Amino acid sequence: MSKAKDKTEHLIGNEMSGAEILVNALKAEGVDTIFGYPGGAVLPIYDALYGQNDIEHVLVRHEQGASHMAEGYARSTGKCGVVLVTSGPGATNAVTGIVDALLDSIPMVCFTGQVPTHLIGTDAFQECDTTGITRSAAKHNYLVKSVEELEGIIHEAFHIATSGRPGPVVIDVPKDIQFKKTTYKGYEAHLPFDYNPQTEPFMPAIEMAIDLLANAKKPIIYTGGGIINAGVKASEYLREFVKETNFPITSTLMGLGAYPASGDNWLGMLGMHGSYEANLAMHDCDVMLCIGARFDDRVTGRLDAFSPNSKKIHIDIEPSSINKNVRVDIGIVADAGIATKALLKAWSKNKSKRPKLDDWWKQINVWRERKSFGYRNQDDLIIPQYAIERLYELTKDKKTYITTEVGLHQMWAAQHYHFEEPHRWMTSGGLGTMGYGLPAAIGVQMAHKDALVIDIAGDASVQMTMQEMSCAVQYNLPVKIFILNNEWMGMVRQWQQLLHGERYSHSYSHSLPDFVKMAEAFGCLGLRCDKPSELDETIQKMIDYNGPVLVDCRVSKIENCFPMIPSGAAHNEMLLGDDGRDLGTAIDDKGKQLV
Amino acid sequence: MSQPNSAYFIPDTTEAIKRTTLAVVVKNEPGVLGRVVGLFSARGYNIESLTVAETDHEAHTSRITIVTSGTQATLDQIKAQIARIVPVKRVNDFNGDEDVVSRELALIKVAGKGDDRVESLRLADAFKAKIMDAGLDSFTFELTGSSKKLDDFIKLMKPLGLVEVSRTGVAAIRRGNEKV
Repeated sequence: MSKAKDKTEHLIGNEMSGAEILVNALKAEGVDTIFGYPGGAVLPIYDALYGQNDIEHVLVRHEQGASHMAEGYARSTGKCGVVLVTSGPGATNAVTGIVDALLDSIPMVCFTGQVPTHLIGTDAFQECDTTGITRSAAKHNYLVKSVEELEGIIHEAFHIATSGRPGPVVIDVPKDIQFKKTTYKGYEAHLPFDYNPQTEPFMPAIEMAIDLLANAKKPIIYTGGGIINAGVKASEYLREFVKETNFPITSTLMGLGAYPASGDNWLGMLGMHGSYEANLAMHDCDVMLCIGARFDDRVTGRLDAFSPNSKKIHIDIEPSSINKNVRVDIGIVADAGIATKALLKAWSKNKSKRPKLDDWWKQINVWRERKSFGYRNQDDLIIPQYAIERLYELTKDKKTYITTEVGLHQMWAAQHYHFEEPHRWMTSGGLGTMGYGLPAAIGVQMAHKDALVIDIAGDASVQMTMQEMSCAVQYNLPVKIFILNNEWMGMVRQWQQLLHGERYSHSYSHSLPDFVKMAEAFGCLGLRCDKPSELDETIQKMIDYNGPVLVDCRVSKIENCFPMIPSGAAHNEMLLGDDGRDLGTAIDDKGKQLV
Repeated sequence: MSQPNSAYFIPDTTEAIKRTTLAVVVKNEPGVLGRVVGLFSARGYNIESLTVAETDHEAHTSRITIVTSGTQATLDQIKAQIARIVPVKRVNDFNGDEDVVSRELALIKVAGKGDDRVESLRLADAFKAKIMDAGLDSFTFELTGSSKKLDDFIKLMKPLGLVEVSRTGVAAIRRGNEKV
């Protein structure tokens, strides 16, 4: 990664403490925002942060919030998110967000305090084996053993977090090392780094891929978060490639926005709650081009029936993703953007053949007519899909960023909020972390102060991290929390209906708080809405208010999310909302054992 | 082991289970063995044998030799997953024991009297085991060879008064003049 000029050049050669080195190394990395919570084992670092203006520290209310905020910040900017927490519970609380970042490939560096070196292993107060705990939670981690190695570790950590498949890196810094002094060396002194993943594609493989694509009768492009991670340019190459080829394109949950939802070739999201046309096109295609996605089980459904008659091309920056779940015919290890650019170039050069896609598009348009995201609207009751549609209509012309929690509302947001740009959609896809959306929205708003940032939430999810409303108020961040309140853990309820004979075990939210009063107690504006006729007005009020707002949008309690590929089923065995099948028998016993 | 890993079942393939030896060259730093071993348990892979020691003090590298088994797809995935670990420098697959010299060492204690004792000594001689310690009613043998040879010898010692076995795990190197 090329760096701007090292802002700390004038300090090179100075003697300073580990804590000061840490803060200056962050400045050298160009960090402007960190999310953290102080405690005994990081007090020297907090002291070094005191009275400096280059780095803004956001005080969270729970360390899980810090790691999700860093994710939101990173996902919406393409930069590395930075977290600073204390030892023991500070570190363990941050772990959920760290694993979330690992699964969704979000670049993050998380500093954790540690007890002084001589106390490590004595079960000291607030001691935990942070590197042991985060070994499989993070892409990489370090326990800093001497102040001399601290600065190099920090720069290497940023390099690892942002190179290859991005991910979280944890740096555990014992307290004595924060006090010890050594000479400050500056960024340049630590180059080059050992870690250098391949980013350039193997060109003969690109040629082979183009050859396959040029001879395809029923091609499809399936993209994922890798395109987003590869930067805005990657999305531009992708759009150009789709335009040149006229191939249909679908995307995973994580990849929404890389290709605009208004684009002619867009089929909608694929997978468990994806569109009918996307899933059937995946099933029936003869050549599949996968760029920056990883054949996750939410996408593939039943593996032995996954796109059975297609040749598959898989471009991924992480070699282990290729042939992990699905055997592919051409595997290309490369950065999604660089590879897409190479495809585009090779396609333009190869003028000999252009596939005839008329029949394929005719078939796709028949599937599109099925209008699988349709729902029955009502006059007296807010249908959640309708609420998202109205939210979209009223916010689409603004610079809007959407985050979500996890559950039905998340899927409806993915289906009914239409993303035109990359980096505008933040959601917990891999780990599926309820409570992600509100802190992520705060992280986004920190990076984009003038943007409209909306957390589309569920009543259950939002309660997991709702204390961060206090953080939003403290930093005057006008995030909007739009709760689709159905009083249920809706996704759990839907699965219990489908899989467990409507035995709704512990999925109803008894004694929900009065969300409006709660918002007011935190110093936010609280709004409630339970009639379709009031919906637009409420959303407009939410948008217009200069400050954090919580909307308690009371929606239908029984609405399920369709279409759905039931557990253990194939893409062409989707359940649709209106096909009248008995939901209790839609999933067989084998399917019920799956997640 | 049902592979590839997914929440979704796939039909039981009849793909053959292969055994291979992997030589993993790693940066010698604290916790690196834990990362490699932890990966095997986290992803449900088998470890049949594991040997680790520093091999190049100057270059700061250690070599972890792992004997593992699985279908070809699983073995490919194991290699790719190990290669993901940041301090791992290289993963070499000694491809089904064909072009590799591999050796293991075992210390085997046998206690017995009379005919059993004589028989154990005779067999040790046949296997070219060395006697490292001897008492009136026990021997400790040192035996080097393939894992199969060690297994065979230990099996033979069982009825003759096998007390205890300590094995090193496999060390392996490729034939020829090249460095892995």
